[in-house]
Amino acid sequence: MTFTTKALVVLLALATTACTRPDRFGGADGADGMAGADAAATAGAGALGDAGDPSSPQYFSQTIGDRVLFGLDSIALTAEGQRTLDGQAQWLLTNSDYLAIIEGHADEIGTREYNIGLGSRRSNAVREYLVSKGVPSNRLRTISYGKERPIEVCSDESCYSRNRRAVTVISVGSMS
Amino acid sequence: MLTRIFALLMVVFLAAPAMAQDGPLRLTITDGVIEPLPFAIPAFAAETAGAEQLAQDITRLAAQDLTNTGLFREIPASAFISTPAGFGASLQFADWRAINAQAVIRGAVAVNGEQVTVKFRLYDVFTGEEMGEGLQFAGTQQGWRRMAHKVADAAYSRITGEGGYFDSRVVFVAESGPKDDRQKRLAIMDYDGANLQYLTDSSTIVLAPRFSASGDRVLYTSYESGFPRINVLDVASVGRQQVNTAPGEMAFSPRFSRDASRVIYSLTNGGNTDLYITEIASGQHTRLTEAPSIETSPSFSPDGTQIVFESDRSGSPQLYIMPVGGGEPRRISSGDGRYGTPVWSPRGDLIAFTKQNAGRFHIGVMRTDGSEERLLTASPLDEGPTWSPNGRVLMFTRETLGASGTSTLYTTDVGGLNLRAVPVEGGASDAAWGPLQP
Repeated sequence: MTFTTKALVVLLALATTACTRPDRFGGADGADGMAGADAAATAGAGALGDAGDPSSPQYFSQTIGDRVLFGLDSIALTAEGQRTLDGQAQWLLTNSDYLAIIEGHADEIGTREYNIGLGSRRSNAVREYLVSKGVPSNRLRTISYGKERPIEVCSDESCYSRNRRAVTVISVGSMS
Repeated sequence: MLTRIFALLMVVFLAAPAMAQDGPLRLTITDGVIEPLPFAIPAFAAETAGAEQLAQDITRLAAQDLTNTGLFREIPASAFISTPAGFGASLQFADWRAINAQAVIRGAVAVNGEQVTVKFRLYDVFTGEEMGEGLQFAGTQQGWRRMAHKVADAAYSRITGEGGYFDSRVVFVAESGPKDDRQKRLAIMDYDGANLQYLTDSSTIVLAPRFSASGDRVLYTSYESGFPRINVLDVASVGRQQVNTAPGEMAFSPRFSRDASRVIYSLTNGGNTDLYITEIASGQHTRLTEAPSIETSPSFSPDGTQIVFESDRSGSPQLYIMPVGGGEPRRISSGDGRYGTPVWSPRGDLIAFTKQNAGRFHIGVMRTDGSEERLLTASPLDEGPTWSPNGRVLMFTRETLGASGTSTLYTTDVGGLNLRAVPVEGGASDAAWGPLQP
């Protein structure tokens, strides 16, 4: 219980430091992910729970895996993606204090507004899968960033395949 | 023999016969430049002490507006045989004919404190007559560029018979930072990149702004609330507020109706994106499409009765037209590849779009029935065309690929010629061209 409280405090602190980028929620990818790791380190060892603690958000993002990848123009979940989501669902059911925001992303090869629509299909595919595994839908929210938040910057398939993703970002607080 | 009508473009839909030299000077814009029209613009006269520099600046900018269209060619002052003594002095037309000037633009600038007055006259060298009446513009020293643009608009309009577009502004997204941490701010500038002003800070993602028809307000998509929502911004005060849309997880891709009383936009629920219209005053929502596909990037026809939009209901993104009052969408795109971001021409005759095919992106135009598709550009990533107020030029975003990729705004004329980068410091994307200013 003490631990959970600490974790929440740290998460809130992270949320506060993320205020310069209010479109991010706990930042699990790219530069934000790095910032989060740094903040956790300086906040005191183990405050967020290290990745070895199965009830920590760190464990969720690093060990279970916070993201699934998609094929070109596809919203189909791969077998590997389904395994990751099975682990996410189990974690969310075990750690019922947490909420999740599922971020959908597209690669840069597409027009901006269409890719927002495409990203929302991906985040919704993940939400539907998690709900089918028993996660209450009121603990899940979806958002799409389209092609606005790439984590890989090269312009070939090796990067595109990692940018076409849905990332489950663990969050706290109530869903409005 | 002088050709009195320059058929500037290879004729596609309008036959523009090259007529003999009777009749007034008229440059008919159709579809591809044959020969730019030579004109002379002697330095505008300074009518008050200390106005010399301003007169020179206004002359140069008006000349630049005209030559940058690709339709006009300036004859350098070094070729002039005579120069008029002052704004009132008569022109020696033989001297201008001798150097093959088709048109001569004259002007005078007076400064009284902050106030600047610019006088303008345009002459048809062949007939030796003035084209239209002299004009006078008043403004401030700070607003001198607008007066130069007005001079150029008047000359362009009198020679081509079409509306100008130089005294107009563009709202766009200013970009900075690396590709994986891109910062975006809404910004506004003159059509030529001057007088850039930021309208928002870079604290959140902003996308795809659009002017109201009068240019006083801007709609855009903002992630300020944490989720994509539609904001409206008053250009003069820079005050902004969220537009109350129908309930949904995300709202984006907003555009004003012609009279700015309604907003059309995309709304996403359960991963499905459809088009909605909200009447701003009453807050009443109407759902326009009901399909499991993505419907987005709507654009009103100039008469406001129809919309063109992008939908992947066929399996890939294509362009559709439907009545605003509802009805069955009719697909108009039929070529290979994917089509998006359709924008109805202010003249009503053409739809501009982004096309993605065989690993390339293109800006193109087609007629409203989908016929006569023409691709105007090609690059690894072009997107998002916007029309000049007179429907003759398109501005769009070109993004270079790779880790150091950046976005730049370009213009092309509707014939696919005269590709030019708009000079903006830093990256720039998602341009929307506003109306000609009053």
